[in-house]
Amino acid sequence: MPRTETARRLTGLLRDGAARFSHPLLPDDYLHLLNPLWSARELRGRIVEVRKETDTAATLVIKPGWGWNGDYTAGQYVGIGHQVGGRWHWRSYSLTSTPVRDDGLIAITVKAMPEGFLSGHLVNGLAPGTIVRLAAPQGNFVLPDPPPARVLFLTAGSGITPVMSMLRTLDARCAADGSGLPDIVLVHSAPTERDVLFRQELHRLADRHAGLHLHEQLTDAMGMLNLAELQTVCPDWTERQTWACGPPAMLDAAEALWKARGITEALHLERFSVDLTGAGGEGGTVTFARSGKTAVVDGATTLLLAGEAAGVVMPFGCRMGICQSCVLPLKAGATRDLRSGIEHVAGERVQTCISAAAGDCVLDV
Amino acid sequence: MAISDIKAYAHLTPADVEALGKELDALRREIEESRGEKDAAYIRKVIKLQRGLEYAGRATLFASLFPPAWVAGTAMLSLSKIIENMEIGHNVIHGQWDWMNDPEIHSSTWEWDNAATAESWKHSHNVVHHTWTNIVGKDRDVGYGVLRITRDYKWKPKNLGQPVIYALLALMFEYGIAFHDIDVSAVKKGRKTKETATRQLKAMGRKIRKQVTKDYLLWPALTGPAFLGTVSANFTANVVRNVWSNAVIFCGHFPDGAEKFTLAEYESETPAEWYLRQMLGSANFNGGKLLTFMAGNLNHQIEHHIFPDLPSNRYAEIAVRVREICDRYEIPYTTGHFLVQYAQTIRTMLKLSLPDSMLTATSDDAPETASEKKWELRERALAA
Repeated sequence: MPRTETARRLTGLLRDGAARFSHPLLPDDYLHLLNPLWSARELRGRIVEVRKETDTAATLVIKPGWGWNGDYTAGQYVGIGHQVGGRWHWRSYSLTSTPVRDDGLIAITVKAMPEGFLSGHLVNGLAPGTIVRLAAPQGNFVLPDPPPARVLFLTAGSGITPVMSMLRTLDARCAADGSGLPDIVLVHSAPTERDVLFRQELHRLADRHAGLHLHEQLTDAMGMLNLAELQTVCPDWTERQTWACGPPAMLDAAEALWKARGITEALHLERFSVDLTGAGGEGGTVTFARSGKTAVVDGATTLLLAGEAAGVVMPFGCRMGICQSCVLPLKAGATRDLRSGIEHVAGERVQTCISAAAGDCVLDV
Repeated sequence: MAISDIKAYAHLTPADVEALGKELDALRREIEESRGEKDAAYIRKVIKLQRGLEYAGRATLFASLFPPAWVAGTAMLSLSKIIENMEIGHNVIHGQWDWMNDPEIHSSTWEWDNAATAESWKHSHNVVHHTWTNIVGKDRDVGYGVLRITRDYKWKPKNLGQPVIYALLALMFEYGIAFHDIDVSAVKKGRKTKETATRQLKAMGRKIRKQVTKDYLLWPALTGPAFLGTVSANFTANVVRNVWSNAVIFCGHFPDGAEKFTLAEYESETPAEWYLRQMLGSANFNGGKLLTFMAGNLNHQIEHHIFPDLPSNRYAEIAVRVREICDRYEIPYTTGHFLVQYAQTIRTMLKLSLPDSMLTATSDDAPETASEKKWELRERALAA
């Protein structure tokens, strides 16, 4: 991977030159057939290790291919695409690795959800050597640099994953410059000890760093954490910057509590992606991302008509589902193919002339 | 005049046609639901084979001063260009593989090794040709604006030059297709702005420049002393691809039995009648696995026109079902040996270079075009 500006520029020149020989394709289109990681056109990664974390969760260690620039911040998430039944399916997961450790590998930790289609495949179905697709890291759920003096992490279940990346990063920095951790309280909920992700490592970190205080709320035995009594596990929570990640109910409660105290700016939330199946009835608000226009539509109006009615310049062709001229990327939400009833979700490209909104959705046009 | 009443021509009641449409809809859903890993593996394998062949060909041409190497390199490159345009490019741009949700094999991102840009091809082919298939005056692929391929078009003196024009078109087919979409006549008639045409011409020019530089300058230069050998090999491969793709495409709608239609037919058309028009307007040719593959599965032109966006590797099994449906509804299913089908298109092209006064049949009862009046004419002839 090019590190310096000169090397980057030289690589660019080389790529442009090679592309003249491979026109209209890119050299990557040929090279990835030799080694799947040799492509910067689509980010790819090779699974190098699948580590079982709990009965239902596993960490996937991934070696990213060309085009991965290595920049991410602890707490960010990454898109991962996996081919099942010939189709690429995409989900986002928090990175659990630390960007500080410079071994060129990244890791995500996936918990198999009972209803989750892809999570089950990722936890149980991926052998080392499998090639996955990657989307560049993003997300605002990150610590400032330097971190605040007093921090509260409020997590539940797999909500620990972005926080684990933060803790590993802080730990690695301490090891590098001999400093200590800030004053951190981690309040984490899980049904039993067996369900606590990274339990041994968390305890090791707490033993090593005087600044890290760990409270495990094992809900099978202790019941759910009542946020109204948060002061019992973290007396000075109102004076801390808080990062919270977990199920929607917990985050909603936290949001209400912090708001009631008038300290919303001290609370940083990470919500997992919206519940697509819970989108309820058909129809919804269609947002056209580039123009910022929106349209409220029923479940029978095509996205193409909705866009045109809203004054968006929509690409179109046959308007009967055969020519693909109208295909647009779906950035968020879900749509339904009016012919087959098949639902398409964010990350897919949809034919707008035969698709309708299935809940709120965002089109990249 | 071409077919104005498709039901009368096919001797079907409206209820028959609707039932036919339902059967084809069901067949479509069945194939859609069964698309999976095997199909995805197929297209990946084809892409791998094609790119491998291309680079093996280009590598062999480093030795193109040695004649057998020239022949081998040219053959591999020709095969690769044919596969790239037909089984891969044409079909990917149709959206046949969009269901995989793979941005690298997707109609909205694909670009092919052809003078026409994917964007303009999507318009001239996917939209114009596939929507208005064989409608005289609407589908510009009926003769490509330069050939009189049905006597529904009035004879003009320039048609006398048709044999020469056709030979040139076949040799330079990719350029013919690229210019075809610019549609200069539409600009003249005011149906298209000059700005649009200029923008398209510029995009086409940029692409052609890159294509020509690649095949006739960069790769030859890379092969050093074999420069001229590589130029002639690349030229030959491009011409072989042009001639072959032209032959396959001409066999799709110009053999006898591939009917033409009037705008009146289109204007009152139901979705089921659209299917029927695609079936009556297209022609297949028989082929084993190799011929089918090299034709990009377009020997299943009928199936392709009913379901232009279903994966090409499934057309063979769809064909068995469509043929059975045609038999049941007593709809003609036009097919034959490749050489016979191609000979018919050449014959029509040659014959129609002559004025109608020298031809016997009319556009109601000719080999290449007929109408619902054909039955009446036959009965009258029998009675006489």
